[in-house]
Amino acid sequence: MKNTIRQVFHSSKFVVGFLIFVAILLLIIIYPLFHSGDPLEMIGLGSFFKPGTYVSVYDTIDTESGTMKLPGADAKRIVNKLSQEDREAMKVWLVAIGVPEDEINISDTDSLLALWKEKYDPSVKPKGMVMAERNYYKRLNKNLEGALNSSEVTVSEKDPESGEMTESKTVSDTDYVNTKDVANTVTLPLGTDNFGRDVLKELVSATKTSLFIGLIAGVIATFIGLSFGLLAGYIGGWVDDFIMFITNLFTVIPGFVLLILISYAIGQEQRGPTVVALVIGITSWPWTTRSVRSQVISLRNRDHVNLSKLSGHSLIRIILTDILPYIASYVVMALILQISSAILAEAQLSMLGLGPSTTKNATLGLMMSWAMLYSAHLNGSWWAYFPVLLIIALISFSLNLMNTGLDQVFNPTLRD
Amino acid sequence: MKGYRKYFRKKIIWFIITFFAAFLLNFTLPRLMPSDPITTIMARTARGITDSARTQEMYNNYVKAFGLDKPILAQFFTYVKNVFQGDFGLSFVQYPRSVSSIISNAILWTIALQLPAIIVGWLLGNLLGALAAYIRKGFDKILMPVSLFAGCIPAFGMAVILLVVFAINLKIAPISGGYGYELIPSFSWKFVKSVIAHYQLPFWSIVLISIGGQAVGMRSMSIYELNADYVKYSRFLGIKDRKIVGYVFRNAMLPQVTGLALSIGTMVGGAIVAEVVFSYPGLGTTILRAVKASDYPLLSASTLIITIMVLVASFAIDIIYGFIDPRVKAAQFD
Repeated sequence: MKNTIRQVFHSSKFVVGFLIFVAILLLIIIYPLFHSGDPLEMIGLGSFFKPGTYVSVYDTIDTESGTMKLPGADAKRIVNKLSQEDREAMKVWLVAIGVPEDEINISDTDSLLALWKEKYDPSVKPKGMVMAERNYYKRLNKNLEGALNSSEVTVSEKDPESGEMTESKTVSDTDYVNTKDVANTVTLPLGTDNFGRDVLKELVSATKTSLFIGLIAGVIATFIGLSFGLLAGYIGGWVDDFIMFITNLFTVIPGFVLLILISYAIGQEQRGPTVVALVIGITSWPWTTRSVRSQVISLRNRDHVNLSKLSGHSLIRIILTDILPYIASYVVMALILQISSAILAEAQLSMLGLGPSTTKNATLGLMMSWAMLYSAHLNGSWWAYFPVLLIIALISFSLNLMNTGLDQVFNPTLRD
Repeated sequence: MKGYRKYFRKKIIWFIITFFAAFLLNFTLPRLMPSDPITTIMARTARGITDSARTQEMYNNYVKAFGLDKPILAQFFTYVKNVFQGDFGLSFVQYPRSVSSIISNAILWTIALQLPAIIVGWLLGNLLGALAAYIRKGFDKILMPVSLFAGCIPAFGMAVILLVVFAINLKIAPISGGYGYELIPSFSWKFVKSVIAHYQLPFWSIVLISIGGQAVGMRSMSIYELNADYVKYSRFLGIKDRKIVGYVFRNAMLPQVTGLALSIGTMVGGAIVAEVVFSYPGLGTTILRAVKASDYPLLSASTLIITIMVLVASFAIDIIYGFIDPRVKAAQFD
């Protein structure tokens, strides 16, 4: 046993897969210790907030500020202020008054502004441009000048009774506050999803639920597959014929279809993570049965099994002590693959709207399905779906690597 | 010839049995479940109706309309009769459209997408796997981890990645659907062009996924065969390397063909979900819509059709296998 484990950990593939898997496990254990609270709490009133640190605007006004002169602060301010549409509009104007198109680079803010300052003249009326358009350019120009002039912004409070405004503070463009002094800040490393939930927190809890589903489903499938495989392989005869008939049936009839039918029939309310895991488990055992059976058949007539039979040992004892230990490595490999495919099956079910019920738990599949339903992929909110995909792929990758590593240890012909 | 006949007879009998079992399951499973479909339907249609006598009457009407008041055996025969006449009832949501008219459209899209994609993916994957086993070294070192990782991305994940990269960032492919939304299906050049443009991303996402899985399997099969005794013996006899490689890959291919027959269901399942990402007008999108709207007849017909498609595909693979496996010809098939 000790030797086997040492051998397994000599396989680089197994070790890499194992490390990735442990890293994911550590993430779901450690992260909630530091960031407790309901992972499905909707903190953002709005959908798909970008990843980053959010600082309360209200609190920054009261926070003590210091004056700093940072080089290039003005330029950054303008870069931020000039939207892509404005840039394109500026280009249209410049082209209209005869600047060659290849001289204008709208992604380089400095050169664009310099060109604009040099050429823009509100009194010029380019051909084909109506009054409204000219007014738009006037406003744009004014905005740009406003951004360049360092005028102060006044913060005032409104008296609730008289409606009078009293000036409470002025903010100049060189004022800075330390984010640590601001009473309310929140860091959302992966932004929020369509419901305004913290994606990272949700992802960690979803990974946990998905692994749980994978584990339960994997154990059930392996248990059913193993029992059937042992019985069919060892007893043989009509038991074998019967079990193999059922097994072959369910290998050909796609388990995925059964999964859809059963999940739908169970109904949305009853479909918790455990039920989904159960359903996945009872629809994905045929693979294991087949491989266990063929292993058992090759063991059935070995000498030590025959000796056991002659000694009058019971069927259960022979299976447990003379057969099971020899196929243990296969069973572990089958379990690993079952877990991986169960996680995938959950994700696919959720994508079709048949995932676990949604009030308490998120799963990786559900997160993916929400992101798709609210078009995260179309509006550029990569943080809502890409980390989910990455986790699914990494879990599956790590489990498959471990499986390949084990395979190479126990089947020497496959070794590199 | 005797070998072939025996093999084919066996396969055909097996096909009929599985067909019947699939039928039976599609019929019984929903009826075994704790919540009957009618309650699900009622949850949708009877929303807002508080009068209990009225809801009871609606319930009874539905029971009658579905023939659920008849004995189970009679129900089954009605079901079989209707299905064989292509009658799956009416869709709840797209009433008064019949389920078969919705499905028959979707089937064409799904088959046209998945059949070529799975075949191309399988061929490319086996080719790459065989090459990796034969060349080893650098090619193998890069290809294998990449294939292993690619094979682990779910098909819908690959679909999202391709969609974001090629349709949204690079803007060289359309975002969703099976053809431009402004077009009416016809055999005009414009329509065909639009269909081809919309075909690319779903096609490649299925192909890339299948390549990953197949390459890994083919590689280990080939390595196993390359180390077999007959290879050493042939080398010893002085048979040309090229000829040996031919034997090796032919032998390694056989399990891959069986593997395809066994995994075609899983592959189709994955690809069906990938359709959802592109809102491709196939069966996957139909299932999603049926689930969202609790359109039970539509869902059950879709799953039955998918099952039949998978059964036919694995039957076809079995038949092809019969022709390429020399053991069948030699009548040594058990």
